[in-house]
Amino acid sequence: MWLKFEQRPEPSKTMSYLSPLLAVALMFLSGLVLFLVLGKSPVEGFKVFFLNPIKDSYGIAELFLKATPLMLCAVGLSVGFKANVWNIGAEGQLLIGALVGGGLALYFEASTSPFLLPGMIVAGALGGMAWAAIPAFLRTRFNANEILTSLMLVYIAELVVSWLVHGPWKDPAGFNFPQTKLLSAKATLPILVEGTRVSAALLLGIGALLVGYIFMNKSFLGYQMKVAGQAEHAGRYAGFSAKRSVWIGMLAGGAMAGIAGISEVSGPIGQITEHISPGYGFAAMIVAFVGRLSPIGIFFSSLLMALLYMGGEQAQQYLNLPSSISKVFQGMLLFFLLGSDVFINFRLRLVRRRK
Amino acid sequence: MGLNFISSILFATVVAGTPLIIVALGELVTEKAGVLNLGAEGTMSVGAVAAFAVAYHTGSPFLGILAGMGAGILMSLLFGISALTLMANQVASGLALSIFGVGLSAFIGKPYESVALASVEPIRIPLLHKIPLFGPALFEQQGLVYFSWVLILLVAWFLYRTKAGLVLRAVGEAPVSAHSIGYGVVKIRYQAVLFGGAMAGIGGAFMSVFYTPMWVEGMVAGRGWIALSLVVFATWRPARVMIGAYLFGGCMIAQMFVQGSGVRISVPAQFLSAIPYAATVLVLVLISRNRSTIRLNSPASLGQTFLPDA
Repeated sequence: MWLKFEQRPEPSKTMSYLSPLLAVALMFLSGLVLFLVLGKSPVEGFKVFFLNPIKDSYGIAELFLKATPLMLCAVGLSVGFKANVWNIGAEGQLLIGALVGGGLALYFEASTSPFLLPGMIVAGALGGMAWAAIPAFLRTRFNANEILTSLMLVYIAELVVSWLVHGPWKDPAGFNFPQTKLLSAKATLPILVEGTRVSAALLLGIGALLVGYIFMNKSFLGYQMKVAGQAEHAGRYAGFSAKRSVWIGMLAGGAMAGIAGISEVSGPIGQITEHISPGYGFAAMIVAFVGRLSPIGIFFSSLLMALLYMGGEQAQQYLNLPSSISKVFQGMLLFFLLGSDVFINFRLRLVRRRK
Repeated sequence: MGLNFISSILFATVVAGTPLIIVALGELVTEKAGVLNLGAEGTMSVGAVAAFAVAYHTGSPFLGILAGMGAGILMSLLFGISALTLMANQVASGLALSIFGVGLSAFIGKPYESVALASVEPIRIPLLHKIPLFGPALFEQQGLVYFSWVLILLVAWFLYRTKAGLVLRAVGEAPVSAHSIGYGVVKIRYQAVLFGGAMAGIGGAFMSVFYTPMWVEGMVAGRGWIALSLVVFATWRPARVMIGAYLFGGCMIAQMFVQGSGVRISVPAQFLSAIPYAATVLVLVLISRNRSTIRLNSPASLGQTFLPDA
């Protein structure tokens, strides 16, 4: 007797919701094993990694702070992913958004206009869109694979940031540190909850989830994107332009990543440095998948991913483990999700071994 | 520009191109079987750190290479389980492997960031290495450089001159037909994926044990992705991988070229570092522009999940 996958007559809706939960459970389980292998007490490790970060209200506020850029990027990416547009360069779009929005604030540093902050956010979105427009153009005009081009542009964006903060934009009074001046109070997002670092960016994130929900579920354009992703030929037959899907998918991802970038710079960071993002643009892909490309799912999965980031910091502090352990957990989570997803289309059956 | 300078440029170009050749050839075989594994960056990273750790503890660079290869195979096994056995989307599985591998390598490698390996003596081919200009570049290199050349011949021979190679290509072009005449599509794809992983692991080992020789987080710096682009550039032909790899190798040492040429131009270092990435984008555009080139040369089932019983 052995086990065999047998195709379901139609995909199981239940399993598509259960699968992320199964993946999270498997990630917890392998976390316990990982701590054991590393010679730490699994119970202690679990506590430090998953519970310590959110044991008080300040921790919970930090969780929402870190989840904000993730939900912004993920909701943008999900629009493209639905249409099989593989924008994997959100990290670069985030950085360019941070540069364009932050640059505006530095250029108008003396400004006290109430329009400065909204202007920065628009500029951030436009910056991210411009960076995403490159792979979109190269894909639609020259057929160049957007996966590879958007990823290459991440490296280029990192180098642009590095050049600016080491060179022309370096704070002259900054003791030669590679960073710009601090943004003025007028260019800083207001704090939402007194005593925490949670800024108005969280409202932008939740607003983006709402817009994403309406776009994907209530608009004809969103419907076309979904059809294009699920049944390319049907979409083409119905006259939905594949090129338009690429453009919309890429620009949505770029705009949201750009807003995430500027809200980090004008929020918790307060200036442009070389460390604007600890890989939010990449982690957001996992957030989007674990959230089933739906805004409600993305809300919860962005909180989970934020918890993994915070757990890594705690593990470094209290368990003497490198903080990159959070990336190990992130990667495991995505693998487990992809693996669990097999049960959406298949079920396991016992069959007699063939002779 | 002196003769010595040109000679050292040639030498450095070959060295920089070597990991690209090895990794791209591995990916080429994988893709010829119809599987798109985007995990090269992660596999290289884990291969690099495993090779470094083993070479550091044993003092043997050769064992380091074996460790890199073993780590690469294990990594690609993860991809295989996800994309082949569990039939998950290949693009997503490859991304998962890259994210996981880059994170895992940073995690494992932390204790090794402060140590260095002794550099390994090159293998000199008697007499030939004394040839002016290109002697050092071609005949005074690390063993893996010679290996990369042999690998090109082996891969080309395997794919186009052996029955197993023919079957592998058939699986990539028409998996359903190959399956219906009795070939184990999933098994052959597994072998191709594991070979790709082994090569990516060796490519990583070359980086950490011979090229730098040290381990720093993020040292693979996109070479895995560039190797993937090289496969497209080479239009899935082994010999062209070499041309592309040295072209990119040349781009990567642009910094050295500018500094050594004596021409006083002030370009920020970051601009020079960006050249290989920009060149990758440019090359992808130039090759992909002609849709029929891509359609004629890319394996027909590339990236599509094979369902054994569907």
